[in-house]
Amino acid sequence: MRTAPGGRTPSSRRAPWSRRTPSPGRAPSPRRTASPRRTPWSGRTRTPRSARPPRDQHPSRARLTARRFARNRLAVAGLALLVLLFLAAYAGPLLTPWDHRTHDFLNFLSGPSAEHWWGTTQSGLDLYALTLRGLQKSLVIGILVGVVSTLLSAVVGAFAGYFGGWTDRVLTGAVDLLLVMPAFLVVAVLSPLVRGSGWPVFVVLLAAFSWMITGRVVRSVTLTLKDREYVKAARYMGVPGPVIVFRHILPNMASLLIIDAVIQAGAAVIGESGLSYFGFGVQPPDVSLGTVIADNTNMAASYPWLFFFPAGCLVLIGVSLAFIGDGLRDALDPDSAAAQARAKKRGKRAAMEGRRR
Amino acid sequence: MGRYLLRRLAGYLVLVAVAASLTYFLAGLSLNPRARFENHNPPLPEAAVTRTLDDVNMNPDTPVAVRFARWAGDVVHGDLGRTLSGDSLNDDFGRRVGVSTRLLLLATFAGSALGVAVGAYGAIRQYRFFDRFSTLASFFVLAMPVFVVGVALKIGATALNDGTQTIKVLGEYDAQYAGRWDPAALFNRAQHMLLPALTLIIVQVALYSRYQRNTMLDVLGADFLRTARAKGLRRRTALLRHGLRTAVLPVVPLLVYNIVLLFAGATFVEKTFGWHGMGELLVDSVAGQDVNAVAAVGLFTAVLVLAAGLLSDLLYAALDPRVRVR
Repeated sequence: MRTAPGGRTPSSRRAPWSRRTPSPGRAPSPRRTASPRRTPWSGRTRTPRSARPPRDQHPSRARLTARRFARNRLAVAGLALLVLLFLAAYAGPLLTPWDHRTHDFLNFLSGPSAEHWWGTTQSGLDLYALTLRGLQKSLVIGILVGVVSTLLSAVVGAFAGYFGGWTDRVLTGAVDLLLVMPAFLVVAVLSPLVRGSGWPVFVVLLAAFSWMITGRVVRSVTLTLKDREYVKAARYMGVPGPVIVFRHILPNMASLLIIDAVIQAGAAVIGESGLSYFGFGVQPPDVSLGTVIADNTNMAASYPWLFFFPAGCLVLIGVSLAFIGDGLRDALDPDSAAAQARAKKRGKRAAMEGRRR
Repeated sequence: MGRYLLRRLAGYLVLVAVAASLTYFLAGLSLNPRARFENHNPPLPEAAVTRTLDDVNMNPDTPVAVRFARWAGDVVHGDLGRTLSGDSLNDDFGRRVGVSTRLLLLATFAGSALGVAVGAYGAIRQYRFFDRFSTLASFFVLAMPVFVVGVALKIGATALNDGTQTIKVLGEYDAQYAGRWDPAALFNRAQHMLLPALTLIIVQVALYSRYQRNTMLDVLGADFLRTARAKGLRRRTALLRHGLRTAVLPVVPLLVYNIVLLFAGATFVEKTFGWHGMGELLVDSVAGQDVNAVAAVGLFTAVLVLAAGLLSDLLYAALDPRVRVR
């Protein structure tokens, strides 16, 4: 977000959750009675192929983003790391004869060795197999929660912002309330209800309580998009509100939503492991990194490998997602402060090199 | 200004009341206190269990609205009800709130102040070593759950201790210092406080420094800072008095939400380091199907948000003169 000369956005003197953000009254109601007659300009027109600029001069947005992303070394490293983690999670278990459920009764709490690469747990489970199994679950849960919660925040935020009035009041009220109640407590309290119904239900539960802050951001972006000409044009042509939201408003904040999904995925991995740590998350027949760590922490001081391998995997997921999110932010939103600073520095470096020559 | 704060207070109070009530309903509907008595050997007579549950107002057969009305009436009169084992929650509550508050207050003040300092300094010396290091370090810390930080510190401390007991890893104080507040006891408490406080501080420094760095970067190029320099202020004075003050403003409201996150973080810290605070009560009460205790925790966090909200409003008013006019 670009800031005004004062260094603040005009609205920043209010706390961001203040409900007094001015919501413009409903615009003149569109011609609802008009039949959806096709006017010459309402149909989708395609620019003839010959009239489009050649590819090389105007690369598509996706290409541009990919190119900018590739320039950011940390982001590329993050992506590579995530790919490696996926490979390890799904191909890694093939390399070892041990399964995450078979106990080796000859080796309790043995250190890393040729036989058990990452050692064994107190009950003789192979930590390598166990950790990779947990890695699979944590990755899947993280990505699903990231997508679901971002979709949820997009829909709620955009509807609140676009329709205003009572819709807005009810939805922002709900957001405020959910923000005051700690998500951790709520999910923990609800966990006995969903016990035994498997991890997909847990994904829904986690997603349901992690969308609120993004919802607020989406709402305020919607308020600014609402007055753009293309939205007004669509409204006066009689396009129904929900269609405008999905076709004109949400696609125009796609970059925000994509970045948020990545960040939410990272947060979900952490949230999942935290809840599992206390036994409120993924339940025993299933394993996640959280349960693997939780089962072994009480012996972590004397048998550190029990802690460091699963915790290390967890940290790697978080770090890779953070790097990717950061790189995506720079690539998708060249106006952001970080990207600008980076561009400035690049310019400076280029200038200095020029001088040297 | 006074009216503004009063209006905010009213808003927060409504929010607290609604949040606490909602927590009660959630807990009342989803927890099953009867389960606690099911595995007794010999089995307890049904009637006795029902009577015990009725006594503590947790009988799942009573409509939840009726239970809520009783609970709310008691709470308004300052009685939090009883736990499933029949103890008064009020006694326990005061002690636990004290434990949690000591930890949270210290960690919040130290963590946010240090975080703001680290972020601001990093922004001023952008892309120098300190900035790169702090950015990378905060990425790593933010990628870890709080308990991973805590357990890692615990392992490190055990290695550092090397058989001695210089850094204490469990509990709030040693048994022989119970109830004492002389220098020796205070030192003992400090020994115990070190690791849990450090865990929370590390997490908060990572978080706040990220925000502060961004807002500070925005401010550094602003015209008013150039004006301040132009009228003859030294760089340090201009940065501190005009730059930092402006850049801190957007970070202040985060305090409110982060106090909730922090409380969840304190839950891990209290469980990891064996402190008997509110966070521990939260985990134990959910595991023990104790509706009243969960509701008490919900009330506590809601009040915590209220306090943090008022504090952030006050800070905001102190820092931003425009608020005072309204």
